[in-house]
Amino acid sequence: MTLAVFFGCAFIAFGPSFALFVFTIAREPLRVIILIAGAFFWLLSLLLSSLVWFIAIKASNSQDPSLQRGLLIFGVFFSVLLQEVFRFAYYRLLRKANEGLAAISDDDSSAISVRQMAYVAGLGFGIMSGAFSMINVLSDSLGPGTVGIFGDSQYYFITAALMTLALTLLHTFWGVVFFEGCEKSRWWVIAAVVSLHLLVAGLSLLNPLYEGSLPPVYVITLPTGVWAFFSSGGSLHSLSALCTRRKAEGESS
Amino acid sequence: MNTSDSEEDSYNERSALVQSESPTIPSYNQDHDMSLPQETDSKRVSGHEFSFLSCLDEPGPVERERASTPDGEEEELTLKYGAKHVIMLFIPVTLCMVVVVATIKSVSFYTEKSSQRLIYTPFEEDPNSVGQRLLNSFLNTIVMISVIVVMTIILVVLYKYRCYKFIHGWLILSSLMLLFWFSFMYLGEVFKTYNVAMDYPTLVMIIWNFGVVGMICIHWKGPLRLQQAYLIVISALMALIFIKYLPEWSAWVILGAISIYDLIAVLCPKGPLRMLVETAQERNEPIFPALIYSSAMVWMVGMADSSNPGSADERQRNEGGARAQEGVESEDDAAQGGRRRYSAEEDLEEDRGVKLGLGDFIFYSVLVGKAAATGGDWNTTLACFVAILIVSVSTIIYGSVMYRLTYTNRDVFLMFKVYYACRV
Repeated sequence: MTLAVFFGCAFIAFGPSFALFVFTIAREPLRVIILIAGAFFWLLSLLLSSLVWFIAIKASNSQDPSLQRGLLIFGVFFSVLLQEVFRFAYYRLLRKANEGLAAISDDDSSAISVRQMAYVAGLGFGIMSGAFSMINVLSDSLGPGTVGIFGDSQYYFITAALMTLALTLLHTFWGVVFFEGCEKSRWWVIAAVVSLHLLVAGLSLLNPLYEGSLPPVYVITLPTGVWAFFSSGGSLHSLSALCTRRKAEGESS
Repeated sequence: MNTSDSEEDSYNERSALVQSESPTIPSYNQDHDMSLPQETDSKRVSGHEFSFLSCLDEPGPVERERASTPDGEEEELTLKYGAKHVIMLFIPVTLCMVVVVATIKSVSFYTEKSSQRLIYTPFEEDPNSVGQRLLNSFLNTIVMISVIVVMTIILVVLYKYRCYKFIHGWLILSSLMLLFWFSFMYLGEVFKTYNVAMDYPTLVMIIWNFGVVGMICIHWKGPLRLQQAYLIVISALMALIFIKYLPEWSAWVILGAISIYDLIAVLCPKGPLRMLVETAQERNEPIFPALIYSSAMVWMVGMADSSNPGSADERQRNEGGARAQEGVESEDDAAQGGRRRYSAEEDLEEDRGVKLGLGDFIFYSVLVGKAAATGGDWNTTLACFVAILIVSVSTIIYGSVMYRLTYTNRDVFLMFKVYYACRV
């Protein structure tokens, strides 16, 4: 039972991102490096925001539950803002690196485009965020016993996995959209990403009420995905071209 | 015999990381009255701004030739190679860390505090008094670092006076101990943890086969993957021993002190590692002999015995990385065997791949293993893992950005590796 939960939740949470990694990133060393650096930037933002939260907790009265809850909410929102700041910082770093790469290359074009970097950076953020959310939960799910003895919801593991999946995908989409917004200097895009992130984080605070947090997050994920697709240059035409090309290839082979 | 200068200037993918001088002539020969090109070669090797090796900074004719080649192509290749080879190193480093963390989390033996200590850390850490504990951990560190310094100096002296056989014997002894004794201990603990009943005859068979094949692979010839696997396994074993027997606070202070020592040893003109590297270059022996993990290697039949003593410098580098006698010995051991293979296949190998000292593996694994052992928290372990990967990437990229101007890819790579080693 525990092993089944472990594998099930692990695959739910990390399956898509693992597939994305294997099929699009693993073969290109530069992308792997950008992925790891993106993960590291997310880690830095988390470290800083948790430091702030930790100091706030230590400085406050630990007996007051509503104060603690308030501090938690503050911590969550501060962390979201800091993550977006670090996303922007990573964007600047990647732009500079890209210019460097382009300058030294033969034909004056970099080996990797900003859009690819946006996708990889977003995925890096997403994978790291998902890993940090999920790893301890997964290792506990292996252990003897399961959740529910003290009245906690029995759906804890699976909703954690589904939430992690949604967040990973969202980070990827936000990465794409964010970088595109920065490139084209569309600041409303950045504001939209930040507010969506804040919204999702706020929804997760509803949490033992899983109906309140999980479906809305997925309702947000799908349009964000579509937005990212169109923002990175996709179009209905290219989608249909993909389908017809497949069909044509299938017929000819 | 030796690649000509013009060949040296063609930077294609294949030659990127090749040592240009081909040591088909066994470098272990007493007379170094080799032809001039070799001299120039070795001068060129060290003749870059690489601060560690600025001893031979007189540019030969090749230098000027090289300077005329387009910078951009070189830099681009450098960065591409940097990226590709960083990735090639991620996998073994990750594997070693995974082995160490998996063992730490499952086999409780390596996290149990025992009253036994290594003789290199004689001061006991008293958990009751913070000040005393701190003092003792610093004293332990001083003892450990002095042991390492003394051994490094001995090795440099041995190498300088060409006592290759002695070094060779030392290496074999240490890898014997690692492959047989430590793996026996490890297997015993794993069986205890999983409650597996095992009889001695079977165990003897297993350990005997494991050890002998390991010795052959590491010191002589063997399939590349097998050799890589053995190097990863012995690094993991070594790291586990350190995690078990180093007292808590001493371990962290030692890790920090080792990094500083590495920097000093490679940067100072009289630093042992630097002298070792310079000596190896003067003798025109490859600087990265045996005790290195090599990601791409091919072994030539019939080149079994260019008994390269140049493992000394690798040993040096790994001494900085190796934390104890056994570690050094075992590293040297593996180094020795790989070294021969390295020189043998140099001409044949098209993509030389990357080489990384086993000391680095051990250092990283100790770091991550300690993080896994001290907390029940997986987040800490994951964070350490990502931080280590970033450190390696940034070191190599920093090196490539700083030193991209006039060096061959090989020089740059050479420089990365030593700088990289001394970061650790």
